[in-house]
Amino acid sequence: MAEKKFEKGKEKKGLMMPGKKIEHPGKLFVRLMKYVLKNYTFSSVVVVVCIIVSVLANVQGTMFIRSLIDDFIEPMLKTSKTDFGPLAHKILQIACFYLIGVAASYIYNRVMVNVTQGTLRNLRNDMFHKMELLPIRYFDTHSHGDIMSMYTNDIDTLRQMISQSIPQTINSAITIVSVFVCMVVLSIPLTVVTLLMVGISIFMTKKLAGLSGRYFAAQQRDIGSVNGFIEEMMSGQKVVKVFCHEEEAIEEFDKRNEKLFDSANNANKFANILMPINAQIGNVSYVLCAIVGGLMALKGGFSLTIGKLVSFLTFNKSFNMPINQISQQINAIVMALAGAERIFALLDEEPEADGGYVELVNAKESEDGTIIESQERTGLWAWKHFHQEDGTTTYRKLQGKVIFDHVDFGYNEDKIILHDIEMYAQPGQKIAFVGATGAGKTTITNLINRFYDIQDGKIRYDDINVNKIKKKDLRLSLGVVLQDTHLFTGTVADNIRYGKLDATDEEVIAAAKLANAHSFIKRLPNGYDTVLTGDGASLSQGQRQLLAIARAAIADPPALILDEATSSIDTRTERLVQEGMDRLMKGRTTFVIAHRLSTVRNSDCIMVLEDGRIIERGTHDELIDKQGKYYQLYTGKISNDLAG
Amino acid sequence: MLKTLGAQVKEYKKDSLLTPVFMILEVLFETIIPLMMASIIDDGVKKGDMRHIYLVGGCMVITALLGLLTGILGGKYGASASTGFAKNIRKAMYDNIQTFSFSNIDKFSTSGLVTRMTTDVTNLQNAYQMILRMCMRAPASLICAMAMAFYVNAKVASVYLIAVILLGIILFSIIKVTMNYFDKVFKRYDKLNESVQENVSAIRVVKAYAREEYEQEKFSTASNNIYKMFVKAESLIALNNPIMQFTVYSCILLISWLGANMIVGSAMTTGELTSLLAYCMNILMSLMMLSMVFVMITLSIASAERVTEVLNEKADICNPENPVMEVKDGSVVFDHVDFRYKKDAPDYALKGIDLSIRSGETIGIIGGTGSSKSSLVNLISRLYDVENGSVLVGGKDVREYDLEVLRNEVAVVLQKNVLFSGTILDNLRWGDKEATKEECIRACKLACADEFIQKLPNGYETYIEQGGTNVSGGQKQRICIARALLKKPKILILDDSTSAVDTATDAKIRKAFAEEIPGTTKIIIAQRISSVSGCDRIIVMEDGQVDGFDTHKNLIENNQIYREVYESQTGGGSGDFDEEGKE
Repeated sequence: MAEKKFEKGKEKKGLMMPGKKIEHPGKLFVRLMKYVLKNYTFSSVVVVVCIIVSVLANVQGTMFIRSLIDDFIEPMLKTSKTDFGPLAHKILQIACFYLIGVAASYIYNRVMVNVTQGTLRNLRNDMFHKMELLPIRYFDTHSHGDIMSMYTNDIDTLRQMISQSIPQTINSAITIVSVFVCMVVLSIPLTVVTLLMVGISIFMTKKLAGLSGRYFAAQQRDIGSVNGFIEEMMSGQKVVKVFCHEEEAIEEFDKRNEKLFDSANNANKFANILMPINAQIGNVSYVLCAIVGGLMALKGGFSLTIGKLVSFLTFNKSFNMPINQISQQINAIVMALAGAERIFALLDEEPEADGGYVELVNAKESEDGTIIESQERTGLWAWKHFHQEDGTTTYRKLQGKVIFDHVDFGYNEDKIILHDIEMYAQPGQKIAFVGATGAGKTTITNLINRFYDIQDGKIRYDDINVNKIKKKDLRLSLGVVLQDTHLFTGTVADNIRYGKLDATDEEVIAAAKLANAHSFIKRLPNGYDTVLTGDGASLSQGQRQLLAIARAAIADPPALILDEATSSIDTRTERLVQEGMDRLMKGRTTFVIAHRLSTVRNSDCIMVLEDGRIIERGTHDELIDKQGKYYQLYTGKISNDLAG
Repeated sequence: MLKTLGAQVKEYKKDSLLTPVFMILEVLFETIIPLMMASIIDDGVKKGDMRHIYLVGGCMVITALLGLLTGILGGKYGASASTGFAKNIRKAMYDNIQTFSFSNIDKFSTSGLVTRMTTDVTNLQNAYQMILRMCMRAPASLICAMAMAFYVNAKVASVYLIAVILLGIILFSIIKVTMNYFDKVFKRYDKLNESVQENVSAIRVVKAYAREEYEQEKFSTASNNIYKMFVKAESLIALNNPIMQFTVYSCILLISWLGANMIVGSAMTTGELTSLLAYCMNILMSLMMLSMVFVMITLSIASAERVTEVLNEKADICNPENPVMEVKDGSVVFDHVDFRYKKDAPDYALKGIDLSIRSGETIGIIGGTGSSKSSLVNLISRLYDVENGSVLVGGKDVREYDLEVLRNEVAVVLQKNVLFSGTILDNLRWGDKEATKEECIRACKLACADEFIQKLPNGYETYIEQGGTNVSGGQKQRICIARALLKKPKILILDDSTSAVDTATDAKIRKAFAEEIPGTTKIIIAQRISSVSGCDRIIVMEDGQVDGFDTHKNLIENNQIYREVYESQTGGGSGDFDEEGKE
């Protein structure tokens, strides 16, 4: 408990700090765009071109209305000549443009689906690939919830941004530019009037956004408070019942709920008001243009015809809309960038370093007793060691000998928690670690397979410094059964096969038998093909442990790290687990974090740990004779100052 | 469902009614505007009547201001109605959950309840706001614009009617088809995220077996499949915009043609033509909004169902009509008790239990996981109700007592226990609100918690983080025991409550109990034989039945299960190597 807590508490980064400002939104945005373009350059160009075409088709349609009135209807009214031929021709022409516009719109919508989903897929894959390569330290310092929220929340906001916000912003920007050009062409004075009103609208939006921002922050805070309270009370609901604490629980909830209502109400109110204000400013802008334009058209001399005025008024309307849209989209983009920042931070993490070059290879023994490399699987393994100095390659048989030579370790450089660990395990020996929680038992075992790297000293595996061994090969040569069993979604057989991916069905069954798991697996509804989900939720704690033992057994490693479970499983299953463990340990170098007396007593050497140091070592009998700490632990006579 | 949810509107009925009213008014003002625009062009600009332009323009500004006013009011009431609705739902759910019995809680699970009260309520709040504001606004706007269009020119307007009907049918069928498909895609998507979750928590296993590449490949395959499914679903949605545009464009062209003909034939004015075009936009916008509302509502139906389930759940344990308000003594009798967690469960958790415990006795309970030790003691404080037979406390059936009285006299220290955020004293006073600090310290001394609390920098004022993460497992258990002791109960039940406490302290606690609270009936569930061997009598549970109920000495001799456990745990020495961590 304490050990885990220590690891978790180290340097927790405030990943999900709400309301944290993004430092370089511009740079982030560019990086995100580059990421999109990397795989979808052509598609993105197609999208932009199609957006332009579809906007232009729309604008030319609006221009046509002017021409409809000025060039066709007015002349026809004046001359009373009713030849609809030219108009029909014109309409047909416009129809063609419209069709092109519709086609362009379909193409960009459709291509955008590929771009969005493809980019998200690439992001997910990159994130997962990177995540798998990160050192254990990363998982110690980042909460699982935070990591998961990148895959869910952050990816979802990015989906919104890529699929909607960005194309809409482009769309709006192009609309604004082309409408603006048209407005200038039609009438400069009226354009000035329109711009003036847009300025007022933007000013109001900013003012209100500032006001509502304050309430939104308050709302966010109160949601956190209510949700936190709900979470705490729901998980303690049974305790609430047992202590008849319902009324007090309701009282406190009401207080927080009322507060949330206040801030949520205000935040929503301001957000709701924004839309009508902007819409009505737009309407006023329209009236102003109508009045000014009307005056100008009547006075004459401004070359403003009725037709021009009519289409200007249409433009006036379609100018206000995209400006409001852009301000909304920018909000969405900024929100999504916060997610992008977290995702890129993950992608930028340094992967687990691996300077190793000594490999594990299949080998066979030639007649004169030397080890040579073999192409096929022989069951015999050897370390292939290339010596840089003289360019020779030597082979050494995989045996499972482990030496700790003056090892110091700390999760932080400046806080050493394991001091001067000396340890020597011959192939096949069993080493037991005992001591209080937090004494450093788990930490030592985490160093052997290089979950963490040591600060000082050396760890040797078969007399090779573990730093020289490829991490993958080092870990394959070490079997691990952890205290908390984790199973994967898949069949029972798949889970056992995790230890050796190409294992045959016979091997799977043999491993299960060795682990004592065979009899319960046979009784499952589909035997070895029973699908497990949710970390094997349908199995009991003991059964999950048996599967973990089978998983280690099938890998058949020469060395083992066992963390005996302390959790309460019933005596019968416990005996099965114990037998399975004993069979697994037979003939292998084993490091065991022991909780059971029988395990400890049978060990070749017992290490008693206290505060990160080995304070006693020896066999059971030797340590009992010594009457030290081990003796105290064994006889259960722990003085209270030690236990408190 | 609607009735249950609708009942939660309560004091926000006025706001809920006013919102659509103001929204409709806003729409009305908005629809008049294009009419005025037409008038400005036809009667003002064309006829050179500046006065008319001022007049109508003035009217338009006033209308715009009215539109603004109604819009703001609509926004305001919409906000208070929806957030108030959410507040009431949260409160109603929370209040109802407080009445839940253990089996009600089990049914929903803790995380299930949390999601229902947070995410689902937020969804409902948004949907409610949407319904109040848009559901009225969009159809109103559609109808108004359509009516105005017909008023301006019925012949031309019929084009709209046809277009709207066609477009409506197409859009809604696209949405319907894709919604079904999306349902499937999102389920798969959840699965993908579950596998990420699995990898994060099992990262040590992945690394220990050097299976990084294998997991990467597995993930890529799943991720590619999701990609294909999403593309397939969204390709259909990609049709929405082009179809919409196609309809708008067709309308514009048709109206231009018809309009031109009519204007030349003096059946229409230019101004009318522009206002018709403006209405065209209004109609299509409202149609788009309708489809959005439709999607929102469909998405929130699942949330509404989950929320309703909690609201409609009836607590299955309630106070009797004339409850007994006093528990006479600490005796417990099980009389032919059968019990199972669900009425339709195939197996009984407890079957044919007959026990009699005298007041003041110390009873140990031992047995494997799944042997129903916890189920047995949970019946004593009526956390669950028996199916057959009866449980008697102080000589009376537990179902006759007032629940609060019973639970105050029967204190349970649960197996999965929880401390709440607050100081240690706050937590202790859950047992007795009025307890003085001295009383709290005394309880802590009994539970051997005082020794470590005194050493904490802030002593009894130390703040416990949510979930009690800043104290160790053993410390938490001891605080929980002290909290139960403060109730001064007649019966104290410890459900495996010292599992993380070292053997010596465990023994000390038991000794303190024997000396300090001899009159209290103590029932202790434990895994360790050493924790129960000193009890007056010990119950051995096996498969939901009592396998033995006797003293330690007699059980060693006569009970095979007890002997097996004893031998496997002691086999020569005593105790094991689980020592509590030092902080």
